[in-house]
Amino acid sequence: MSRAEEEVANQEKKTLGFWIYLMTDCVLFAALFATFAVLRGNTAGGPSGLEIFDLPFVLVETMLLLTSSFTIGMALLGSVRGYHKQTIFWLIATFALGVAFLSMELYEFNMLVAEGNSWQQSGFLSAYFTLVGAHGLHIAVGLLWMAVLLIRLVHFKFRKTDINRLALLGLFWHFLDVVWIFIFTIVYLVGGMA
Amino acid sequence: MKPTLSHRHSPAQYVSYVVGFILSIVTTVLAYYLVVNEVWPKEMLIYVVMGIAVVQLVVQLVFFLHLGRGSRWKLLTFWFALLVVLVVVVGSLWIMHNLDYNMMNMSPDQMEQYMVENEGI
Amino acid sequence: MQDFLQMVFGRLTPQDFVHEPIMAGAGIGMVLALLAAFAGLTIFKKWGWLWRNWITALDPKKIGIMYIVVAVIMLLRGFADALLLRAQQATNGSAELLNSDHFQQIFSAHGSIMIFFVGMGLIFGLFNLIVPSQIGSRDVAFPFLNSVSFWLFTAGMILINMPMVVGEFSTAGWLAYPPLSGLEYSPGVGVDYWIWSLQVAGIGSMLSGINFFVTIIKMRAPGMTLLKMPIFTWSVLTSVSLIMFAFPILTVTLALLSLDRTLGMHFFTSMAGGNPMMYVNLIWAWGHPEVYILVLPAFGVFSEVVATFSKKKLFGYTSMVIALIAIAVLSFTVWLHHFFTMGAGADVNTFFGIMTMVIAIPTGVKVFNWIFTMYRGRVEFKTPMLWFMGFIVTFTLGGLAGVMMSVPAVDFQFHNSLFLVAHFHTMIVGGVLFGTFAAITYWFPKFAGFTLNEKLGKIAFWFWIVGFMVAFIPLYILGFMGATRRLDHYDPSMGWQGLFIVAGFGVVLIGIGVFFQVLQLVYSIWKRNENRVGNDPWGGRTLEWAMHTPPPEYNFAVIPTVTNRDEYWELKKKKKTLKEPEYEDIWLPKNSAAGAIVGLFALIFGGAIIWHMWWLMVIGLVGVVVTLIIRLTNDEPDYKLSAAKVAKHELKFKEKTV
Repeated sequence: MSRAEEEVANQEKKTLGFWIYLMTDCVLFAALFATFAVLRGNTAGGPSGLEIFDLPFVLVETMLLLTSSFTIGMALLGSVRGYHKQTIFWLIATFALGVAFLSMELYEFNMLVAEGNSWQQSGFLSAYFTLVGAHGLHIAVGLLWMAVLLIRLVHFKFRKTDINRLALLGLFWHFLDVVWIFIFTIVYLVGGMA
Repeated sequence: MKPTLSHRHSPAQYVSYVVGFILSIVTTVLAYYLVVNEVWPKEMLIYVVMGIAVVQLVVQLVFFLHLGRGSRWKLLTFWFALLVVLVVVVGSLWIMHNLDYNMMNMSPDQMEQYMVENEGI
Repeated sequence: MQDFLQMVFGRLTPQDFVHEPIMAGAGIGMVLALLAAFAGLTIFKKWGWLWRNWITALDPKKIGIMYIVVAVIMLLRGFADALLLRAQQATNGSAELLNSDHFQQIFSAHGSIMIFFVGMGLIFGLFNLIVPSQIGSRDVAFPFLNSVSFWLFTAGMILINMPMVVGEFSTAGWLAYPPLSGLEYSPGVGVDYWIWSLQVAGIGSMLSGINFFVTIIKMRAPGMTLLKMPIFTWSVLTSVSLIMFAFPILTVTLALLSLDRTLGMHFFTSMAGGNPMMYVNLIWAWGHPEVYILVLPAFGVFSEVVATFSKKKLFGYTSMVIALIAIAVLSFTVWLHHFFTMGAGADVNTFFGIMTMVIAIPTGVKVFNWIFTMYRGRVEFKTPMLWFMGFIVTFTLGGLAGVMMSVPAVDFQFHNSLFLVAHFHTMIVGGVLFGTFAAITYWFPKFAGFTLNEKLGKIAFWFWIVGFMVAFIPLYILGFMGATRRLDHYDPSMGWQGLFIVAGFGVVLIGIGVFFQVLQLVYSIWKRNENRVGNDPWGGRTLEWAMHTPPPEYNFAVIPTVTNRDEYWELKKKKKTLKEPEYEDIWLPKNSAAGAIVGLFALIFGGAIIWHMWWLMVIGLVGVVVTLIIRLTNDEPDYKLSAAKVAKHELKFKEKTV
């Protein structure tokens, strides 16, 4: 194989490998979801989801994350088509939306703890904080990755290697949006039902 | 670097993202609306809302993650992951529900208290 | 001052370095051995060699050897634990060898080490050594990730051995069920050592799983379709498929337990809404696939060994592949059989009981196919083949015990008895360990260039198989009679001590077998110049035998094009040689210290959490993240071996054989 063919094969390997990592992350979240589902009623005399979840607040969070999935898609398309300025714009937009999402989530956690509903109160709350927190942790890692890539793309003027890395970040970000759909549905909508 | 001519004017991929985005918003708002306004009784609502989530999953898989195009290994590993996810979640729920029932829906501490009070242990 | 010390040292106190005699002896011995190794390296000025050739190496052959070395050292440690356990039970506590707390730490360490550091270590070692060359490739898909996986494995190994020097180990068994492993009943550092050692090593395992899956899918030589792959590679493919999708469950379960212990959460506590049964459910949802992860590669090894030493192609290749896939998929549907007695209803128990019986069927297919391979072959009973024969007898015996226990009503009698203990030792020792011994005696000449002494190998085998039977058949009998597992002494009036003494004697026989294995290695190295062999000492069938011996870093100067199953065998039959090739430039990964550095920071991270040194934990975490960012943004990780250099290298091999 020539060097150029090897490079293409290399990128294919990395894409498949990263996709598989995302599939293993699905199983990771499945275990967390299973735990939440099993412990959902174990409120130990404390509040249930209905009493502590603020659905309109969570709807806004969901819209932020959904929009960020769209903006990163725009960034990905721009990067492979050579539109550098647009790519940077869409990427910064994604970053801002991600930060906004995470801030809202941290605020929500803060409120709960301040009211006395921390993860130490019951099995239900432990499961809630851990499931939603694990997702938030993934978002934080994604934002760190995004920041590093933003700096590199600008500084190294869109090297092919960085464009390839952006494609993988896109997969990661979309995957996190998919997980959030299920958190939104199972934890908040179902958990917040009367 | 000049934009590559072959891709420059092809809107198909942009359309894919826009359609996916709109469908995702619609499904999200729909599910939210149904729950907040308690349109149906709880048991039915749970299934409907889960169904809508699955629809949105498919939308995102197709329009954002482009599953189905390209490598068949992505699809294969996805199916196996899905299988494992279902086995773990459904299996755990079935098993734990079964166990809880046989434990009279009590936690170990509650069971201990029950045994002390009722069975003179 | 007190506050400052507590902030710096967390919950570490000088008292934590004090141990009772046997533990202290072991700890001191370990430290002395390490110091001796350091001294040796310094005196013989080998630090540079170690750094360049091993620590920073990304060649999977090197990484594979390192895995096996670590695993074998851990095997000796785990075996020493077993000797102590057997001695305690044979003397029924009268010699006051081990107090209860110590006994519990030892069986917990024994199980954890054997599964995670011996079993996983040996199979990853084999994957690294054999898979790339069997598929006609030069490397794995992600060489750097491979290095990270190994060093995470080593960090975990260090963490699990640290309790011998500082602190204590868990007393909750190799799976640490709560509430015993929760904060209330195990407030010390023991369970935390267990959690973080496994967590760090487990992440390494999962990353390796992904690595080898992509390697096998994407890096096969041209013409090698999946159904032309060597059967060992198929067994690896199925094993890593399990690794990829089972290990995340372990990661979550360990994390939840550590959250209970460190942040006061209530997943598995007995009060405040915790559910300890959920732990058992989750850990076995990982745990059952884990045992298949370990045994499938062993099956693969035996398939290669039987075919080679029967001078006949494997009988029923396609059904063997289907059996491997079936076992892999089914292994996710049986996990409840580990806790039939926990209180699920008849419907749940019946479903999992039936699935457990079903999974025995494809395994049976494999056993028959091996036997049919031997039939009408010209069988040579070299050492690898002896290990196979030992496996057939042992594994079948253990498998029968397993099928007995798959009936829930029967399991209610055997659960947590010595019958169970005998069963799983029979499966893992008979399957995984014998498979590894077969693999090592089979493939050793390929990588070393000389054979291991046959006579010593055979003697070692006989001591092992007889010793194993003498050690474990009494345990089957004792379990049948109602003996519970994990007890450090039994009521003498039961009349069981005789059987325990027999079992103890069996372990001594195994020990002699181990001694002969070590002797075999040392003697063979000493006499290596009389035992030199070329690249194909056994009449091998698959591509790894086509490489030069010892193999160059790039494995094959020219990647072969494959047209058949058992490609190398077919080539030899047609008396074809790889025709005079046109050498091309070869790109290989540069050495990198980043893997070892990530491992070091992971070790610091784990150790810091265990001892509640939060400032150090942050350093560990930041260290891992920064090292990864630096390495993963490196755009030039490879170096070029020019075609001219390749030609020169190849010439040296030709000169050797001429």
